[in-house]
Amino acid sequence: MGYIQRAAEKLERLKSGQNINILAIETSCDETSCAVVRNGREALSNVISTQIEVHKKYGGVVPEIASRKHIELIDYVVDESIKEAKVQLKSIDAIAVTMGPGLVGALLVGVSHAKAMAFALEVPLVGVHHIEGHICANYVQHKCMEPPFVCLVASGGHSHLVHVMDYGGYRILGKTRDDAAGEAFDKVARALGLGYPGGPLVEKEAQKGDPEAVDFPRTYLEPGSLDFSFSGLKTAVLNYLNVCRQRGEQVNTADVAASFQNAVVEVLVNKTMTAATKCGAEVVALAGGVASNDRLRKEFESRCADEGFLLKYPSKLLCTDNAAMIGTAGYYRLRRGLLSPMTLNAAASMEIDSY
Amino acid sequence: MKILAIDTSSMVASAAVMDEEKLVAEYIINHKKTHSEQLMPIIEEVLESCGLNIREIDAIAVASGPGSFTGLRIGAATAKGLAHACDIKIIGVPTLDGLAFNLPYCQGIICPIMDARRNQVYTALYKWDRGNFYKLKPHCAIALSELLEDLKKREERIVFLGDGVPVHRDTIKKVLGDRAGFAPLNADRQRASSIAELALEALKRGEGQSGDVFVPFYLRKSQAEREYDKKHKPEDTE
Ligand SMILES: [Zn+2]
Repeated sequence: MGYIQRAAEKLERLKSGQNINILAIETSCDETSCAVVRNGREALSNVISTQIEVHKKYGGVVPEIASRKHIELIDYVVDESIKEAKVQLKSIDAIAVTMGPGLVGALLVGVSHAKAMAFALEVPLVGVHHIEGHICANYVQHKCMEPPFVCLVASGGHSHLVHVMDYGGYRILGKTRDDAAGEAFDKVARALGLGYPGGPLVEKEAQKGDPEAVDFPRTYLEPGSLDFSFSGLKTAVLNYLNVCRQRGEQVNTADVAASFQNAVVEVLVNKTMTAATKCGAEVVALAGGVASNDRLRKEFESRCADEGFLLKYPSKLLCTDNAAMIGTAGYYRLRRGLLSPMTLNAAASMEIDSY
Repeated sequence: MKILAIDTSSMVASAAVMDEEKLVAEYIINHKKTHSEQLMPIIEEVLESCGLNIREIDAIAVASGPGSFTGLRIGAATAKGLAHACDIKIIGVPTLDGLAFNLPYCQGIICPIMDARRNQVYTALYKWDRGNFYKLKPHCAIALSELLEDLKKREERIVFLGDGVPVHRDTIKKVLGDRAGFAPLNADRQRASSIAELALEALKRGEGQSGDVFVPFYLRKSQAEREYDKKHKPEDTE
């Protein structure tokens, strides 16, 4: 009997079993993360080893360096997550791993490691979509939260509006046509000389500035569209800085940061509210790195309260790339009988609603 | 002592099981398909065909580099995952050592060359002397012309092998003439059995490491690091 038959047998037992421990691995970008998640909701551990310091001097993530770091760290992070969860490798019931989208070289470290471990431990393996993981971070945070809801996933890599109809039932309502929201933060941070990563640095700078100081454009695209576009806004910021420089005017960095952030937040909030209304949703959820922006959270709090939506978002830690969210997403995939074979590959891009 | 060896440093994907007595099973494939999809099924096939469970393996050997960065990492991450789950050691065997070992008791110099792009080859020089296998020149990434300059000064016959051969065969022949020979097709690419045998010898010498500390041997920095170094410390040539 080969691996896949054995895994399928174990999966049957796992579907009806209790206290299911999933070991999850996430290496899609610059965080090496590993977690043990019990019954899809309880993160017994969620170890994140970030490489931010390594990439800082390059002004952004260097894929080859990220991949090298992952391979250096992976075993230690796996061990730490097992230790912290106070379980043993032999009490791991299944392994979940991010298979995409992301940096292929980085993803391959996690995918190869996860496959080898699943094979040797003879447990089911499940590949998980990174954005599905971000959405599922909400399930870790809110133990009783269930679909349906509308979720804004915004991070350095993606800006998606997703109608979560069921566990694993996703409909993409809109996504960015150019830069992701977090990417815009990174580029503007660089232009303002704030450094990397841009999100938290722009947010901090913006606290000292006037959000109405500069009237940057809000891109809503054609009427009814739930897609995003942030490259125009980014260009407007760069142009503004150029014009100031040419005129020899002093730039008020805090004002520019605050005005830029205000423009991003306004579009994200307005589009999400429209989407929620369209879908008849009662719950609005946030996910992804940009969801830890306090200005964004505050704006959502007040708009959701005004318009009668229940707002949910994960803790800041669960907003970043982490393995607990992958373990949760993997748990619900396994519950639906979805197994990955030993041929599982990493994918730089893939669709959340058809994998 | 049973060892599972893997080599994914080039286009070839290979896995083998060996013990002190014999090569038990080996799988070599050199056909366009990603290592990520191929490697685990190959390992499963090799083990299954000799009725072994991965739990019965005593150590994992892996071609440690140089080679394709991504290929090396697929091999390394797989070896580390297996070693981690089975709580066994990893023995990293330099890719070029493995390649050269494909030609036992060869007369003259053995010169593996792997296409390293950027007009360079990964190479090293080896020799058999009274039953012993020696390295004459350490691993390096150099231009083929530089390698040939070095070889011109030596006197022995030289046998070339590796995926750099089809790219550079004509130039080599032109420069070295009859002194250059080329390995037969059954031996001129990576084979996991060579990695396995070198690893068994290393184990006897007490080598081998815990899987968590194992990393590939890239020989080269990443492009971003090279460019950064060039910009920030121009006096440094490499
Ligand atoms: Zn992410």
